[in-house]
Amino acid sequence: MARVEAEVGKRPEGFLGGLVKWIDDRFPMTETLKYHATEYYASKNFNWWFVFGVLAFVVLAMQLVTGIFLTMNYKPAAAEAFASVEYIMRDVEWGWLIRYLHSTGASFFFIVVYLHMFRAMLYGSYKKPRELIWLIGMMIFFVLMAEGFAGYLLPWGQMSYWGAQVIISLFGAIPVIGDTLVEYIRGDYSISDITLNRFFALHVIVLPLSLIGLVFVHIVALHEVGSNNPDGIEIKKNKDANGKPVDGIAFHPYHTSKDLVAIIVFLMIFFAVVFFAPDMGGLFLEHANFEPANMTTTPEHIAPVWYYTPYYAILRAVPDKLWGFILFVLAVLLPVFLPWLDRCRVRSIRYRGWMYKTALTVFVITFVTLGWLGLQPATGTYVLLARIFSVLYFAFFLLMPYYTAKDKTKPVPERVVYHG
Amino acid sequence: MTEDDVDRIDRNRRHFLTVATVATGVVGAGFAAIPFLASLKPSARAQALGAPVEVPIGSIQPGEMVRVLWRGRLVFVLRRDEDMLARLPETIGELRDPNSEVVDQQPEYAVNDTRSVRPEWLVVEGSCTHLGCAPLEDFEPRPVEGWGGGFFCPCHGSKFDLAGRVYKGVPAPTNLRVPPHRFVRDDLILIGQDTGAA
Amino acid sequence: MGKLKVIARLLAIVGLIATSQSFAAGGAALEHAEIDQGNISSLQRGARNFMNYCSGCHSAKYVRFKTIGKYLELSEEQLIDNLMFNAGKSFETINAAMPADSAKRWFGTPPPDMSLMARAKGADYVYTFLKSFHVDPDSPTGVDNTVLVGTSMPHVLWELQGFQKALYSEHTEEGVTSHSFKEFELVTEGSLGADDYDEFVRDTVNFLAYIAEPIRSERRKLGVWVIMFLIFFWILSAMLKKQIWKDVT
Repeated sequence: MARVEAEVGKRPEGFLGGLVKWIDDRFPMTETLKYHATEYYASKNFNWWFVFGVLAFVVLAMQLVTGIFLTMNYKPAAAEAFASVEYIMRDVEWGWLIRYLHSTGASFFFIVVYLHMFRAMLYGSYKKPRELIWLIGMMIFFVLMAEGFAGYLLPWGQMSYWGAQVIISLFGAIPVIGDTLVEYIRGDYSISDITLNRFFALHVIVLPLSLIGLVFVHIVALHEVGSNNPDGIEIKKNKDANGKPVDGIAFHPYHTSKDLVAIIVFLMIFFAVVFFAPDMGGLFLEHANFEPANMTTTPEHIAPVWYYTPYYAILRAVPDKLWGFILFVLAVLLPVFLPWLDRCRVRSIRYRGWMYKTALTVFVITFVTLGWLGLQPATGTYVLLARIFSVLYFAFFLLMPYYTAKDKTKPVPERVVYHG
Repeated sequence: MTEDDVDRIDRNRRHFLTVATVATGVVGAGFAAIPFLASLKPSARAQALGAPVEVPIGSIQPGEMVRVLWRGRLVFVLRRDEDMLARLPETIGELRDPNSEVVDQQPEYAVNDTRSVRPEWLVVEGSCTHLGCAPLEDFEPRPVEGWGGGFFCPCHGSKFDLAGRVYKGVPAPTNLRVPPHRFVRDDLILIGQDTGAA
Repeated sequence: MGKLKVIARLLAIVGLIATSQSFAAGGAALEHAEIDQGNISSLQRGARNFMNYCSGCHSAKYVRFKTIGKYLELSEEQLIDNLMFNAGKSFETINAAMPADSAKRWFGTPPPDMSLMARAKGADYVYTFLKSFHVDPDSPTGVDNTVLVGTSMPHVLWELQGFQKALYSEHTEEGVTSHSFKEFELVTEGSLGADDYDEFVRDTVNFLAYIAEPIRSERRKLGVWVIMFLIFFWILSAMLKKQIWKDVT
């Protein structure tokens, strides 16, 4: 590949080289590209768990683009919203594809983000000195949850309306300020056209801008300390004569070519859903939402979209409105404290003992099961199961200082394990 | 094979694969762009709303004009009386495009002395060809000023005659546009379509 | 745990949920409609059925005649002659003949729009519903429906299906007697036999499923091309990656 950098005292090559030099004299273009992209060094032994950050970025870009085109045709008024979505699906050329990309993208955003967070739990990516990256990441997660919630109201279907009704009413559980807060959020005495309009402003402007800003800061924080790796070793401890980590390789062309493969595989799965199963059996596009919002009839079975259901299950497991709300909030917040709850001296699960491995396995089963339980009606055995798994969920975090300190770890190698 | 040979093959293969991959990516991106750009076109609803408009003309008197909307645009339907038709040739010398030579401004069946399908009936868009204001009716002749009657645009003073032809010396560059239209019956004009099928 | 295992586990759960038995609000199990959206003649019959029997009260206000005409391979003439009774132009949408406020007065609740019914409730639901009207002397319409108990909809297809009676079986558990629906019994014959009526309903439901998402068959066809392109792209990029990573030891 032709390099067009200009060295001091050397005539720039050709027109393109001249243009680049003109810009570089006035703006740190090439040096930023080198530092943050092409010559950013990361470990050579990344496995496929390390690809979800890039995938999240791709999904974000896609949601922004499809979102913009949807906004061109969507009408954020209670009387017109539902019809405008059908207008997009039927009358706007290719509108159906843009809509499905956006709705599927929302679900895939959470799939990717959950797997991205799981990677951090596997390899201790939240441990010192990466706690800030983790904190910013948790903020991104909270904003993303709000973004999904606001977005879901927009189609103004039965599930949009009643799901919002239920979740916003939750905030009424807060003592003293609860009812006023709920009215402030709604902007009206019940969920109405006014609520829809402001949720539109949140979903299209406030939250996306916040997301973009947070993602930027997230990456800057990452580049400051450098990426983790499956062995949990600090590759910067071992540098060669040129000052480059011996276990590191430049982002370009190594990680770019590898990420490209991952992105393509991701797109294959993603487009398979978009073109063959956009509803995903009612998980991605809930059946009740194909009926326009009706303030007099609640659907038989209200459930939030699948990506909120683990937390919803915990909320419902508690037979008290205030405590249910508190535990729900706690469940969402607890992962924030992982860098300090985790007392293990070792980062990567490869060198941890059986306690953490067991705990993490139980956690995965718990999280998925809670998610499934959140989709079921809150009756009979489901309630008991939800309570049991809620306890397990909290136990994972609250007992962590104990079992991570006690765990027997294996010796961590000096150099990364890479098999080519 | 020497090490250099292997190296060379590797580099060539790498170059080929890079070019092939990038080319495929560009093609993919091109295909991906199509739905987004195409979605900007008028939708089925816009096309439905932009469908041809029927204008009943049975009760319009000679000298009278009606205004209708087609595709959100103002269209004048004027029934010219004998005096108006007689006055048409008088001011030809002052017109910028008396013979309707600018092709875009009217269909071929309106390239004639009266710029219409039938001499009595003028069908033109009420949109000044300067910057789009709606011209006002000014049908009364004022021989002193050399005005034979027509349309006057209040925004920047453009003038058009009773066949919608633009005068010289005004900001508007071309004649008022004649939309596609046809006579379904003697008392019914269809604006927006000139072929037979409904 | 490998990424594949996690994904496989998630997909299995999803699959379980998606294929679970569907139940109606009334608790009766739903019959499978077994519609074939590729069968154009079935869709044509369904369109005819809908316009003749349903569109008097039910609109399908998001659907344009033009769209249907194109997909069902009907000429403009066939479209106007057979399907368009009140509408003038083919770009118009399917509106109900009955004015909405009158409908609300007469039935208590306005007959719902049908554009998305098959997607909201499922084809099986609509299919079973249309077959589940039974006589009920206490109801203002003379009928009730086991799928939607207390419905205000009359049995518009009575001439075709005839009238049937609902038979219940009794269970007594711990001194409490309860009834559950057992089966229907025909009391008045209609012009169509049971199989022919089933096909009539199936065609109609097929049409409803089509109008709920007219783009469905096109999106699936396009999907094949997209996946094929991505497979090709994937192979190329994987080869490129391997070539580039040869330097890494």
